[in-house]
Amino acid sequence: MHNNIKMKAEGVDFFYGPRQALKNINLDICEKHVTAIIGPSGCGKSTFIRLLNRMNELIPNASLKGRILLDGEDIFEESVDAVEIRRRVGMVFQKPNPFPKSIFENVSYGLHVNGVKDNKLIERRVIASLEKAALWSDIKDRLHESALKLSGGQQQRLCIARCLAVEPEVILFDEPCASLDPISTGKIEELIMELKKYYTIVIVTHNMQQAARISDHTAFFLLGELIEMGETQGIFTAPRDKRTEDYITGRFG
Amino acid sequence: MARIKEKAYEWIFTALAFSSLIFLVGIIIVLFKEGFPIFKAVKAGDFLFGRSWYPTYEPPEFGIFPLVLASFWVTLGALFVCVPLGVGSALYLHEMASFRQRSVLKPMVEILASIPSVVYGFFGMMIVAPVLQDLLHIPTGLCAFSASLVLGIMATPTVCSIAEDALSYVPKSFREASFAVGANRWQTLTKVVIPAAGSGISTAIILGMSRAVGETMTVLMVAGGAAVIPKSIFDPVRPMTSAIAAEMGEAPMGSMHYHSLFAIALILFLITFAFNIAAELISRRFRIKLGHSG
Amino acid sequence: MKTKDITQKIGFAALFTCMLVTLFFLGAIIYFIAARGIKVISWEFLTQIPRGGMTQGGVAPAIAGTLYITLGAIAVSLPLGLACAIYLCEYSPKGIFVNIIRMSINNLAGVPSVVFGLFGLAVFVKLFGFGVSILSGSLTLGILALPVVISATQEALTAVPHSLREASLALGATKWETIKKIVLPTALPGILTGIILSVGRVAGETAPILFTAATFYTRRYPDSVFSEVMALPYHIYALMTEGTHPEEQTAIAYGCALILLVLVLAVSGAAIFIRQRQRTQNA
Repeated sequence: MHNNIKMKAEGVDFFYGPRQALKNINLDICEKHVTAIIGPSGCGKSTFIRLLNRMNELIPNASLKGRILLDGEDIFEESVDAVEIRRRVGMVFQKPNPFPKSIFENVSYGLHVNGVKDNKLIERRVIASLEKAALWSDIKDRLHESALKLSGGQQQRLCIARCLAVEPEVILFDEPCASLDPISTGKIEELIMELKKYYTIVIVTHNMQQAARISDHTAFFLLGELIEMGETQGIFTAPRDKRTEDYITGRFG
Repeated sequence: MARIKEKAYEWIFTALAFSSLIFLVGIIIVLFKEGFPIFKAVKAGDFLFGRSWYPTYEPPEFGIFPLVLASFWVTLGALFVCVPLGVGSALYLHEMASFRQRSVLKPMVEILASIPSVVYGFFGMMIVAPVLQDLLHIPTGLCAFSASLVLGIMATPTVCSIAEDALSYVPKSFREASFAVGANRWQTLTKVVIPAAGSGISTAIILGMSRAVGETMTVLMVAGGAAVIPKSIFDPVRPMTSAIAAEMGEAPMGSMHYHSLFAIALILFLITFAFNIAAELISRRFRIKLGHSG
Repeated sequence: MKTKDITQKIGFAALFTCMLVTLFFLGAIIYFIAARGIKVISWEFLTQIPRGGMTQGGVAPAIAGTLYITLGAIAVSLPLGLACAIYLCEYSPKGIFVNIIRMSINNLAGVPSVVFGLFGLAVFVKLFGFGVSILSGSLTLGILALPVVISATQEALTAVPHSLREASLALGATKWETIKKIVLPTALPGILTGIILSVGRVAGETAPILFTAATFYTRRYPDSVFSEVMALPYHIYALMTEGTHPEEQTAIAYGCALILLVLVLAVSGAAIFIRQRQRTQNA
């Protein structure tokens, strides 16, 4: 099966002021596959994933060289609207961050800011997103209660539903299970495996077993460089670079 | 289109944000413009150091030294009240009060801070002055001493809350290190915590002074109103703020008296401005010294 | 007992005394004003106009005047203060701009109230020609209240977790949409606290309205923003200095002082209540 390339990084260098955080990253992200990015703390994986939806622009004094392509077009081009990119490339964060509003309002928020006015359409999309995020049955009679009353795992699934409502093409997960218990983690992993049928997924994780379980491709970052990338099976059973092997076997972390 | 709207919002907010600067500059300009003409009638030296303030006489005399001195004495007197009470209360809240006590006492101090100055003045005039007059056998209770007392109480909450903030910035590790060598709580407080919070406490005192010097209604109602150089603290006095408030009503527009009152206001403004800058510089150094970013 | 223990006992006793004396004064002020003021308070006092040369009747026009000026001051300081705080927190300007604005706010906060009064006199009453009026008084007090509103709003905005802004932007919202729909609603309790605090501050100010809005006696309630008004704080001062019947007028002054005190306590109480509720909501 020929894999379509949904997003591509070409010669990406990224600087926080004078300090170089990413060096010459060249990376392909395949459509409707799960690509995992692994590596020790500080290796640049979170920095990299935030480039994919231009969230790096929130950081002062940061600068970028190279290109990031979405369906072949540079997302950092002058004429491209960051707001539109962020609708197409959604993000779920490390710590669940629902708005202090009702469950319904959380999920419908994205629709409102993207100009959807038809209330019936909004209601349908909200319900559909909650179903896709495997949260509907938990909360279907609590739609108008505060989202802050949900458990950690439920809140994270709410954030996923919120993201799904705007019908993105790519979903970025930045260590989504880092603050969750093992059972919630398992539910989210299941969800990701389900979602990849419809969305391209990139997930940053410090949990190698998680990467091995759910991803199709894995990229190993170290000190801002992409050391090795390939099909997950291959990376974990027969890594080509010694540093990859050392990391995977736990010699450092 | 949406991008233009976004930019428009940014510009609107930027413009409105500068309003505080515009007002501050406006105040300075007005004070200079309306105050400077007095220096056509009187030399600056005579104005500042002249001992006779008789602006309504024929010919008028515009020496503000009695007014400045009155402000000085009254503020100094206030310090004798607000520094011990304010810093002492701050230390109590920081070191001795339990969490529950603090949650009751701090709001009470805040309430003291929000009582309007005219109420303080009224209280001073109706309760404090007569009591002091009887107690100390002085001719009138409306004098510098009473005004200092009431001003001191007014400034106490300011000193207390800023000092308490400063104390809370001192890292716990300092205290722990002191206990670890066998010091008791009082020694730790006086030898470690207070010195470390020294600049912050100085800031608190300077801002308390600034508050006292700029206070109008309290001194207007309690200090007595005699624009002469006092011979004792039990003499009635007229600080700068009282002079402005009491006399502006009778000074004809554009007259020299009018300009002289604006000139006093200008000097008052410069004094409080200087205090505030001093407090700001000290508090910036204080935070850097303790390892917090500015 | 060692010397250092004795010193500690004495030292702590001294601190306790300082706290006690401070509380004593608070208690004394509240007690005397309440005890003597309550004698005058009645429905008539609160709703009637003064009669008999300021010795009988009520102080309703002063209450109304204070209300109008306070609302006017909020109308001026709220939009400006909110805009300024939003600019400082959300648009995070760089370098020299931030410092200039911050310094201006801090210095504006330290300007003596009588200086504001003179500014109002020269600019609003004379230069703009508004005369001694609600308008002049409101504008003057609005500038005075500006730093209070800015600082409370800033605190409220900074308390909104950054992760909420990130979540909003990541969904494709613009900066302004994020501010309008997420940041401001979340910061609302804090902003409300700021408004309430500035109400308390403004209602009690006398010096700024001495020459810009207040008068001792008006026959009727104000009929436009260009009317001069009676105001509670000014009324206390005027009764004690211009009044011709000290006995009755002192009592009336106590009544006015009590009303102001109740207002202040209500304001502080409301602010504390909002803060507590916010704390338990976020827990």
